[in-house]
Amino acid sequence: MPIRFTNKPGLVVYLTSGDPDLATTREIAVAAIDAGADVLELGVPFSDPLADGPVIQRASERAVAGGTRLVDVVGLAKELRSARPAAGLVIFSYYNPVLHFGLERFCAAAAAAGVDGVLVTDMIVEEAGEYLEHLHRAGLAPIFLAAPTSTEKRLQAIAEASEGFVYAISRTGITGTQETLRSDAQELVARLRKYTDLPIAVGFGVSNAEHVTALGHFADAAVVGSAIVATIEKSSPGEAPAAVARFIKGLRQVNPVPAR
Amino acid sequence: MATTKTEQTVSNTHMNMPGRFGAYGGRYVPETLMAALEELEQSYAEAQADPAFHAELDSLLADYAGRPTPLYLAKRLTEQLGGAKIYLKREDLLHTGAHKINNCLGQGLLARRMGKHRIIAETGAGQHGVATATVCALFGMDCVVYMGEEDMRRQELNVYRMRLLGAEVRGVSSGSKTLKDAINEAMRDWVTNVRTTHYLLGSVLGAHPYPTMVRDFHKVTGKELKRQILEKEGRLPTAIVACVGGGSNSIGAFYEFIPERQVRLIGVEAGGRGKALGSHAARFEGGSPGVLQGTYSYVLQDDAGQISLTHSVSAGLDYASIGPEHAALHDSGRAEYVSASDAAALDATVRLARTEGILPALGSAHAVAEAIRIAPTLSSHDILVVNLSGRGDKDMGILARELNLQGA
Repeated sequence: MPIRFTNKPGLVVYLTSGDPDLATTREIAVAAIDAGADVLELGVPFSDPLADGPVIQRASERAVAGGTRLVDVVGLAKELRSARPAAGLVIFSYYNPVLHFGLERFCAAAAAAGVDGVLVTDMIVEEAGEYLEHLHRAGLAPIFLAAPTSTEKRLQAIAEASEGFVYAISRTGITGTQETLRSDAQELVARLRKYTDLPIAVGFGVSNAEHVTALGHFADAAVVGSAIVATIEKSSPGEAPAAVARFIKGLRQVNPVPAR
Repeated sequence: MATTKTEQTVSNTHMNMPGRFGAYGGRYVPETLMAALEELEQSYAEAQADPAFHAELDSLLADYAGRPTPLYLAKRLTEQLGGAKIYLKREDLLHTGAHKINNCLGQGLLARRMGKHRIIAETGAGQHGVATATVCALFGMDCVVYMGEEDMRRQELNVYRMRLLGAEVRGVSSGSKTLKDAINEAMRDWVTNVRTTHYLLGSVLGAHPYPTMVRDFHKVTGKELKRQILEKEGRLPTAIVACVGGGSNSIGAFYEFIPERQVRLIGVEAGGRGKALGSHAARFEGGSPGVLQGTYSYVLQDDAGQISLTHSVSAGLDYASIGPEHAALHDSGRAEYVSASDAAALDATVRLARTEGILPALGSAHAVAEAIRIAPTLSSHDILVVNLSGRGDKDMGILARELNLQGA
């Protein structure tokens, strides 16, 4: 399935796979899709998540301790693809687990599982030659991050290398919730827009309906991560899918945004 | 091994890119940091071409840090071991007590050129943290040092020193609470405050340009050493021995000698208390190529690509990866890498203290241990130079416990 945003704004939901366990992640993922997530980012837990704030650090620690591996996340994607054929599925990882698995082997397995795209947090466009070759050969969409600090030259390269959508980071910093969205996000989307017609999703610190509504005025989609992972952390495994579904529906309980 | 394949995959496209050492090195960082890395690379290139930068750095190295450091013939140790002649390159005599000051002065000057007045750093044994705090005091800059809580406990004296110098020391309680975790936290700070902050990374690790830049600031060690040994002996040494955590003191000692093929370069990793994953930090024995904290190098990892825990009696040698230039020197065979156990390092500490009256840092004691091991196997015509990268005052707490020393 190509990545598509049917809602305005679209919603990308990040989950740390294996937190609290893989079976629960699968149920949460299905509930999230049914509640209105257009795209799921299936996070691969890593021992050293240096771009993440405390919430996702703790989730990663739990998932690593529970033994969740990259191969399990690919398996999870396969189950989700068969359960919800229309959902966008992205594997979200640090580079080392992918590199250790083998780029070619990973891309083949992910494509066979029905994964749409791959986002590697610590992969920048300059280092991505071999990586892009393998993704392209497998028909996977490479998704790159754009930051408020990225130069024009870098934004152009990022836009050109990305498929599916471009992920615009709302602010300098690590993942985690914040009270208000800074003007950085809107400026970055405007700068990126010069270089691409792809959907632009804004993430980092997006945690409530006000943020999502505000983003809807200038971006195509919102990425919600830490706020969802925190919801899971606060719930028992049995309650987590329903809690996440409620949270996602709550993100949309605002007046509809006029189409751009 | 599966890793051989990934290594080749990376090498095909990256061999000749800047910041690459063979297949190793590169930049694997969040996009937010790229502008800062590009700025740093640019500023460093400009500084390298600026005679005024070198003049100021050289003057600080001489008058503030105490360069050149002596090359000392360890006569009693040599006689006891009955083999190769052993010299010690006395980096332990530098201001703040270790080689780390070379790099801190260089990067401090660079930060000032870039107009960044907030400095962050990570530290393991605390020597880099102390050197950073010192340079920040000297230049009037704000200083935050991240340090694993386990290392704060082990190297408490250095925590006091940093705080006395005006630095804020932030304890890190994630993971193994050691150097790797301190780097993660420093990276998180940097990604958040990147517009105002310079990350003064303390070893030849991380994304380009750090491994190259930090090596350049330390290569003065090898240059002096070469001049000194030629003065004293009229020839080059048989081997240079240095401990390798991230690998800054060793690359500093080795670099000048890389083209001198007859000189053996021996890096000594932390053998810890055994061969099992988690009991040591011998990356070339127990690791495989991977990406950690911005660079592609040998990494201690499990079969899912998760980074392993490490152990060493020496805080700072217990890092799960190693500088990418060492990975290239290892693969090409130009340098040899061995390991010394906790016990061997402790024995070497006592031996050097009691034969020469010199107390080495526990990290540096790993290099002394290897020299003690190989000297008797060599002839009296052979010359071994040990890079004594730091002094052991900071380790007195550990030494008192490990050696059951009597106090008051």
